[in-house]
Amino acid sequence: MTQADVLSPVRPKKTSPGTRRNRRSATLVVGCVLAGLVALLALVSLFWLPYPTDDTSGGRLAGPGGGHLLGTDKLGRDLFTQVMTGSRIAVEAGLGSVLIAATIGVTLGVLAAFAQGWLDDTVSAFLDILIAFPTLLLAMLIVAARSATLGSAVLAIGLAQSAVVARLVRILAKRVLAHDYITAARTSGTSWSRTVAGHVLPNIWPTLVVNLALQFGLAVLAEAGLSYLGLGAPPPNASWGRMLQEAQATFTTAPVGALAPGILLVLLVIGVNLIADGLRDTLDPATRRRRA
Amino acid sequence: MTLLDVRGLTVRTTDGRTLVDDLSFSVASGERLGLIGESGSGKSLTTLAVLGLLPDGMSATGSIELAGTQIVGAPEKRLTAVRGRDAAVVFQEPLTALDPLMRVGRQIAEPLRVRTGLKGDDLERAVAHALEQVRLPEPERIARAFPHEISGGQRQRVALAMALACDPKLLIADEPTTALDVSVQAEMLELIDTLVREREMAVLFVSHDLAVVAKVTDRALVMKDGRAVEEGAVHTIVGAPREEYTRTLVASARRLESALDLRSAR
Ligand SMILES: Nc1ncnc2c1ncn2[C@@H]1O[C@H](COP(=O)(O)OP(=O)(O)OP(=O)(O)O)[C@@H](O)[C@H]1O
Ligand SMILES: [Mg+2]
Repeated sequence: MTQADVLSPVRPKKTSPGTRRNRRSATLVVGCVLAGLVALLALVSLFWLPYPTDDTSGGRLAGPGGGHLLGTDKLGRDLFTQVMTGSRIAVEAGLGSVLIAATIGVTLGVLAAFAQGWLDDTVSAFLDILIAFPTLLLAMLIVAARSATLGSAVLAIGLAQSAVVARLVRILAKRVLAHDYITAARTSGTSWSRTVAGHVLPNIWPTLVVNLALQFGLAVLAEAGLSYLGLGAPPPNASWGRMLQEAQATFTTAPVGALAPGILLVLLVIGVNLIADGLRDTLDPATRRRRA
Repeated sequence: MTLLDVRGLTVRTTDGRTLVDDLSFSVASGERLGLIGESGSGKSLTTLAVLGLLPDGMSATGSIELAGTQIVGAPEKRLTAVRGRDAAVVFQEPLTALDPLMRVGRQIAEPLRVRTGLKGDDLERAVAHALEQVRLPEPERIARAFPHEISGGQRQRVALAMALACDPKLLIADEPTTALDVSVQAEMLELIDTLVREREMAVLFVSHDLAVVAKVTDRALVMKDGRAVEEGAVHTIVGAPREEYTRTLVASARRLESALDLRSAR
């Protein structure tokens, strides 16, 4: 396999599994680089920032350069500092939401798959309602009950996503449970917990991981949306969504304030989606089987 | 002594279809009974009902007594106790009978662990022994393999080893050789035959192939559309079928020149 083979946009009709795999791992690498860039900014922001987040000494709407890499916003705060804390908030929002969605989603989904009859029906109906319930409304309710913090936003997003994950897990688990090997395990006296840990989870996790990666991207977007509306992390924590909202009025004169968070948001989401896409093939049991 | 006693078993779906209709039969300890019938006659459902494993949306009425335990209407807890100890099953499809993502050794280890409480090296040795018993070469390599890394015939032997690992009183084999090619099929039947004789295990052997059933069992029950059509010694059924349906079955088996010579059943 040559470099040109991997990069050439026009593909011969027949692609060997090997070619496909290499292209997939290329997707994975590009995705990791893009998302990794943002993750690195987030990581560094934990230990070091160019300026304190509430430092307004830079003068209003200063252009890039001169002590401020990306310039300053309308209050005189350093934009690069804000972009860095924004990265951290974005990654936290993604991880937090996915963690909530995975924990609740997998538990509910597996439970519903195992419980046949009324319990399954009840859980499914509940999930359908939760999925139909607008995330924005849920977020507003949670913010009203608590306050506008990153935690509230993450809770709202995570809860909304857990319904989606639960529904997926339920279907995947049901499909696994229909196999003869589950019946064989049950006839040999294998307990429910061992069936879940030994058979169900290993068989659903490739699909699950890919979906959770997609959910991560969606969660980052949702958090940006919520904080754009003022339902996210409060100042001086600069979330990308709030940066976009604040820079909107001065976009024609000082576009960097909106472009910087916008571009990073796009990079992170595309990066994560590429990772999901790459994982799909790498983790796909069918591909793994073929490789062996 | 009667091991399995099925009386008036009826399986219905929630939408009112009757899939198994008033079926009665019994299997004594160490006895081998064949269940014959065309595709869709309800053979598999009957075996599933015996284990209390009917799919969602189906219910059984009547009585199924397995080693003294009533299966119909029994709570899951009682069923778990019965399964494995009293009856284990080998399925038709060797590919779906094993978890594709779990090493073969671990899949056999699980029922062994449940039954014997062995751990670590002892368990590993028991797994190798179980694989040897079903005449698998290189048991260590096979124990480490994933199901897709071994042949269909080997997979079916592994499935048999799993069922035997429970040391059940009754082995239920649901068309265990249908998916295998002819020569492997004969070997597999031979193996099942030897192993259950050695253990004096009762067998409920399901097949649509009369010749296959003749090879492993002494008595057979012919099913059609969920009902019992004829019951008796295999050689009588093959030699002098009483019912029209059985006669067609025998004739078609002859026509297809079943790989296993029907004459051996005479
Ligand atoms: N899960 C199910 N839901 C609804 N109907 C089913 C289900 N499983 C089987 N049936 C129906 O029950 C009848 C008997 O099925 P069963 O699987 O017992 O047939 P079989 O005798 O084992 O056939 P084969 O030789 O093809 O395995 C068939 O008509 C089938 O359509
Ligand atoms: Mg069947």
